[in-house]
Formats: sequence, structure tokens, C-alpha cells
Amino acid sequence: MITPENDWLPIVFLGLMALSFLIYAILDGYDLGVGVLLPQDNQAQRDIMIYSIGPFWDANETWLVMAIGLLLIAFPSAHSLILQTLYLPIALMLAGLILRGVSFDFRTKAPSKDKRKWDLTFKIGSLIATLTQGYMLGRYVTGFEDTLLSYGFSLLASICVTAGYCFIGAAWLVMRTEGDLQKRAAKWAKACNILMAIGIIAVCITNLTFNEAMTEKWFAFPQLLVVIPISFLFAFLFGSVHIYLTQAPLKNDFGCWYPFAAAVLIFILCFCGLAYSFYPYIVWQKVTIWEAASARESLMFIFFGAVVVFPTIIAYTIFSYKVFWGKATSLTY
Amino acid sequence: MLDMTTNPHEVSFLLSRIQFAVNISFHILFPTINIALCWMLLFFKIRYNRTQNEAWIRIYRFWVRIFALTFALGVVTGVTMSFQFGTNWPGYMETVGNIAGPLLGYEVMTAFFLEATFLSVMLFGIGRVSDRVHTFSTLMVALGTSLSAFWIIALDSWMQTPSGFEMRDGVAYATDWWAIIFNPSMPYRVTHMLLASGLTAAFFVAGISAYRILKGDSKVSAKMALNFAMVVAAILIPIQMFVGDLHGLNTLKHQPAKIAAMEGIWQTSNEVPLLLFAIPDEKQKTNHFEIAIPKMASIILTHDSSGEIQGLNEFVGKHPPVAPVFYSFRLMIAMGMLMLATAWLGCYFFIHKKQYPTLLLKGTVLMTFSGWIATLAGWYVTEIGRQPYLVTGILRTRDAVTTTPPENIGISLAMYLLLYGFLLFAYIRTLFVMAYRAINLEQNNPSIDDMQNDTLSADESTQSLTRKHS
Repeated sequence: MITPENDWLPIVFLGLMALSFLIYAILDGYDLGVGVLLPQDNQAQRDIMIYSIGPFWDANETWLVMAIGLLLIAFPSAHSLILQTLYLPIALMLAGLILRGVSFDFRTKAPSKDKRKWDLTFKIGSLIATLTQGYMLGRYVTGFEDTLLSYGFSLLASICVTAGYCFIGAAWLVMRTEGDLQKRAAKWAKACNILMAIGIIAVCITNLTFNEAMTEKWFAFPQLLVVIPISFLFAFLFGSVHIYLTQAPLKNDFGCWYPFAAAVLIFILCFCGLAYSFYPYIVWQKVTIWEAASARESLMFIFFGAVVVFPTIIAYTIFSYKVFWGKATSLTY
Repeated sequence: MLDMTTNPHEVSFLLSRIQFAVNISFHILFPTINIALCWMLLFFKIRYNRTQNEAWIRIYRFWVRIFALTFALGVVTGVTMSFQFGTNWPGYMETVGNIAGPLLGYEVMTAFFLEATFLSVMLFGIGRVSDRVHTFSTLMVALGTSLSAFWIIALDSWMQTPSGFEMRDGVAYATDWWAIIFNPSMPYRVTHMLLASGLTAAFFVAGISAYRILKGDSKVSAKMALNFAMVVAAILIPIQMFVGDLHGLNTLKHQPAKIAAMEGIWQTSNEVPLLLFAIPDEKQKTNHFEIAIPKMASIILTHDSSGEIQGLNEFVGKHPPVAPVFYSFRLMIAMGMLMLATAWLGCYFFIHKKQYPTLLLKGTVLMTFSGWIATLAGWYVTEIGRQPYLVTGILRTRDAVTTTPPENIGISLAMYLLLYGFLLFAYIRTLFVMAYRAINLEQNNPSIDDMQNDTLSADESTQSLTRKHS
């Protein structure tokens, strides 16, 4: 007998939603990061940077619609609660996403004297989006508390998330570009790597100091066995990426994919850490996933679609990446 | 009148409604063009493959860039829409989320990703994938945009004419998904909208092509595009009028209050006249300055000159505001008539004279965005016509609104207005810059490959534009 408390459907949808948010953070993360990093002093480099993300940004951003859509479909009351609480930062993030999204096209199609302005719009729009996303993550993690600590933490998170996105963006450029731009990207990546490492440590310490429930969750006995090796893995990733970037590019561009792969792994680990801390709450200590879930028949109806569609989406996403793989070159219609 | 000063909730409600209207009105402009434009691009591509006539691929290349720009605007404004339900209308999802959620979900899953992923192959894939894969990608994007329209209109239609559900404790639960998707008004609304998209894109293509010819584009490709668009428009417009009539009859059956508002009928009566013009007066429940054709509304709606039509008096407190519905409806019809005249005149000159008079070309340029006006007017009729309900008979719009303080909504609304005003200006300006650029570029008879070079063409056209202005 399936009761609301042991139903597997909300867990499946939580998984799908979490997967969408994770894919969003990785994919739109690198293209937002590239946007934030756009240099103001070199038109040719800006062009190549934008070519490198041109074919992907649109589908990347669709994962945000998917994630928010799944939150809406599967957990409508949590969706209303979260989105109403974050009303202004969401509006600001949307403005940022709108500005950068249209800049992609206007920059080549509007009169060319305006191209610089659109590039700047692209950079600013990206920056607004990353800062607000980090801020909202901070507010979410602290359970939307109206305390100075919570707002301070959110500001810290906005900088950390921006650094994280810039890191994965710079790592993407190391992988997809050559020559001077690649060297420049390696420098950016190195700086962001350090900044992100400091950020992650700061977030962990703040959270564990001020949030007892979370401390208990992490430092009970069997979990501790996982925490220790993961900490070493983190240290190894940061350290090895740092050493690689100091010497990049290597002969024959050996291992140019490594910083990006490491960035993806770091994103996945951070995300899993967050997910573990929160489960089974969808709004920290206020709403659990079972309390927020939609009617079973509705979840079932969309479940059948999702089973078919999710793998298909992933398949043609891989196809699209294969078509545009390799070092970025000029995009023409 | 509502007392705004004492009730912040009332202000939130009003601002939220305006914000939703602004967001969705701005968003719909771009998909309306692109749903049909994508099928047209597929047609151009296939024509080129069949005939190997270079003009077709020139048309394709020119329009695919406009398509890309339009698509970008559609995507970013669409992302905004997906947040609106939660930020401004929480009561909507709390009441009918079990039905609206899956329909929106299927839109994202089947349509968004299809279009977003294959779009890049369609735009930048020539030379990277085989011609067949490229044509296939174009087809996938076209399917994706149309499917997206299908799902979202299925949901909108369900809100107009809900079926296939039951209410338990004030929350809607699905009982029959087939009945939910294929609800009574869905087939009419989907068809009406897809045809509207066809007409919007046709006049859009015709208008910009006419502009190119007027500005001295002597190449065959601009004229071929104009001919094509004129023929499409001339065929679609009578079909649209027929479908629109069927849609109206369907509305009469399921939402008689909306029809009464559209026709300005205050009292139930027989032999109802068709009002060509009037000024509805909601306070005195009558119309001023009527210009009417006797019995015509009865004939159109009931196919009987003495047929009875229910008036607004039957729906006290449950009918929409009359004036906006009444005027929007007439604006839509007037646009339809202008479209008919332009398209048929255009076809007459195209078929019998083989060339277009300058006056007609200028008229066609003026009609470039006629589809936008007609589509928006049509949506205002149907959406304002649904008021005071958000979901007919189940949920009042008022009961779904957010508790977010009005100041916050004011800030976001002001931001959207500024942003969208600016983007609309930039979009229209860029369209004509692109058209002008294409003329200059094609006058030099470039090879197809040269046409791909953005920066080259951009600089040339700016120079010629500045030369022209100075």
C-alpha cells in the first residue's frame, strides 16, 4: 500500500529536479562564467570566447526552465513559497539573463559600431545573473531567515558562486581555445580556483558553526568515514588543477580537458553535499518533499513522459556537443 | 472604484495583472513570428535542394538570421514567464497545479529542448553536418516550436473551458487526461493561433522584402520572398476567417458571457444587430454611437435572423469588462480585413502584372507588424474575456494573486517595462538595419560563402548607412 509518507514518486521527481539543477549549474555555469570573464581590451578574444559558447547557451539555459518547471510540477507549494520569498532577486536575475541572451544576437546583427556596447551588456547581464543566483542559493541554504547572519552569508555565497562559475568558464576556455587566449584563460582559472576554494571552505565553516542540525548530520559516526576521504579528494582536485594551470598549455595541449573535468567533479561534489544536508526538506526545516508533493496521478502522468524524454534530451544534447566539438572557430550561418 | 490607498493587496493584484499582461504580450510577439517562419525556412531550404536555384538559399540565409534574433528574444522572455506563476500567482498552482503542472512540463520536455538543441545545428551547422542532417534539424526546430504552441494553448484552452477533472477540497484533480488536453475549445484555439502565426510571419516577410525592394534591391531574391509571402497570406487569410467564425461559435456555446461582451449585447434578445462601432458604457449598461447592421449578429452566431443571444444581464458579476473586449475584437477584425485587401491585391499584381506598384509596396511595409496587432488583439479578447475567472468557474483571478508587497511588484514591473521597451526598439531597428545591409551586400553579387561573414557585412552597411545620413 502506498501512503503519502513512503511514496517513491516524490523521490524520483526530487532526483530529476536535482539533476536538472546540477546540469544547469554546470552547463549554464560555464557559459555565464565566460560571459563574466569577457575582457574589455580585446575584440578578437571576445569573439572567440562567444563563439565557444554560441551553439550551447540556449539549450543550457533551458535546464533552468526544466528545473524550475519540475519544482512547479512536483512541489507546487514549495515553488510558491520559494519564488515569492525571492521575488526581487529573481526579477533581477531574469533581467540579467534577458540582457545577456539578447546580446548574443544583437552583437553581430545590430550596427557594428554598437558591438562593443552589446558585449558589455553581455558581460554585465552575466554578472547580474551569477551574483543573484549565488545570493538566492545563500538565502535558500539559510532557510530564508531574516537575520543579519543570513544576509551576510548570502552575500558571501553570491561571490563564491560567481567565482565558481568563472572557474568552470575559464576551464572551458582552456579546453576550447588556443594561443594567447588559452594562456589568459589559464590565468583566470588559476585565480578563480583559489577564490572558489576559499569560498567553499568559508561556506562549510559558516554552515557548520551556525547550524547545529547540519553539524549533527555530517559529524555522526558512519558519515565521518565519507567526509574525510572527500575532503582529501577536494584538496587533491584544487591542488592538481592549480599545478596544471601554472604550466598550461602543456606540449601538444596535453590534458587541456583536465581543469574542466575537475570543475565538473567539484560542482557535482558540492551539489551532492548540499542535497545530502537538506534531504528530506525542500525548504530547510519548514517543508519536506512529501508535504510539498503534487497529486499522485499528476506525477504519474508526467513520469511516463519523463522516462522517455529525459534520455532523449541527453542523447541529442550529446549529439549537439559532438557537432561543435574541438577548438572554437568562427560561427557562420 | 477600488480603494487603492487602504488596501495594499488590491494594488498587488492590479500590478500583478499588468505585469503578467506586459510579460506575456511581449513574449508572444516572437514565437508568433517564429512558429511559422521556421516552416517557411524549411520550405526555402527544400526548394533550394530541389531546384538548386541560388536565390532560395539567399532567402534562407537572410531570414535564418532574423529567425535567430527573434528566437533569442522569445527564449529569454519565455524564461521570465516560467517564473511568473510562482512569483505572482501562487494560487493558480495551488488550485489547479495538478493539471497545469504536467501540461507545462510536457511543453518544456518535448518542445523546449527539441528547439533549443537543434537550433544550434540549424543555425551554425552548415558545413559541420551533412545537408540531410541540417534539413532534419530545421524540421526538428519547426516541430519543436509548433509543439510548444500546442501544449501551451492546450493549457490555456483548459483554463477557458475546463474538463476532465474533479474538485476535492478546493483543489483540482485530473480524472481524464485526454479530456483535459482535448478540451472543448482547444482544437479551435490551436488552429486559430497557428494560422495567426502563419499570417504574422507572412506579412513580416512581405513587409521587410517590400522594404528591400523599395530601397533599391534589384535582386531576384527579395522579390521571390515577397511573392511567396503574398501567396501564403492570400491563402491563409480566408481560412483564418472561417476558423475564427467556428471559434466564435464554440465560444458562444461554452463562454456566452465572452460573446456578449465581444458583441456589446447588454440584454438577452432576438434579432441582434451586428455592431460595427459603438462605445460601450458599463455604468449605464448600454452602448453609445452605435453603427449597426440589423439582425447580422444573430445570423452570424445562430445562423437564424431571429436567433436569441444571451446578453450581459444574464451574467451579473460574472462577465468580463466590456470595453476592452469589445474594442480588441473590432481591432482584430479590422486588421484581418486590411490583411485580406493587401494580400489579394498583392496576388493580383503578382499574377497578372508581374510587378508591384510602389504604393502597394509602401502599404506592405506598413503592414509588416500587422500580424502582431491582430494576434495581440485576439489574445486580449480571449484572455480578458475569461475574466473575472482565471480558470472558468473554478478560480477567480483575484483569489490566485501573491501576497508579495506592492512595492516589490512595482519595482519589477518598472524594470520589465524599461527593458522591454528598449528591446522592442532595438529589435525593430536591427531588422531594418539587417534588411539595408543585405541590399548593399547583394548588390556586389557576392558568392554564397561571403554572405556568411558577419563582420564584413556589418562594417560595409554601417558605412553606407552613415554615408546616406550625412
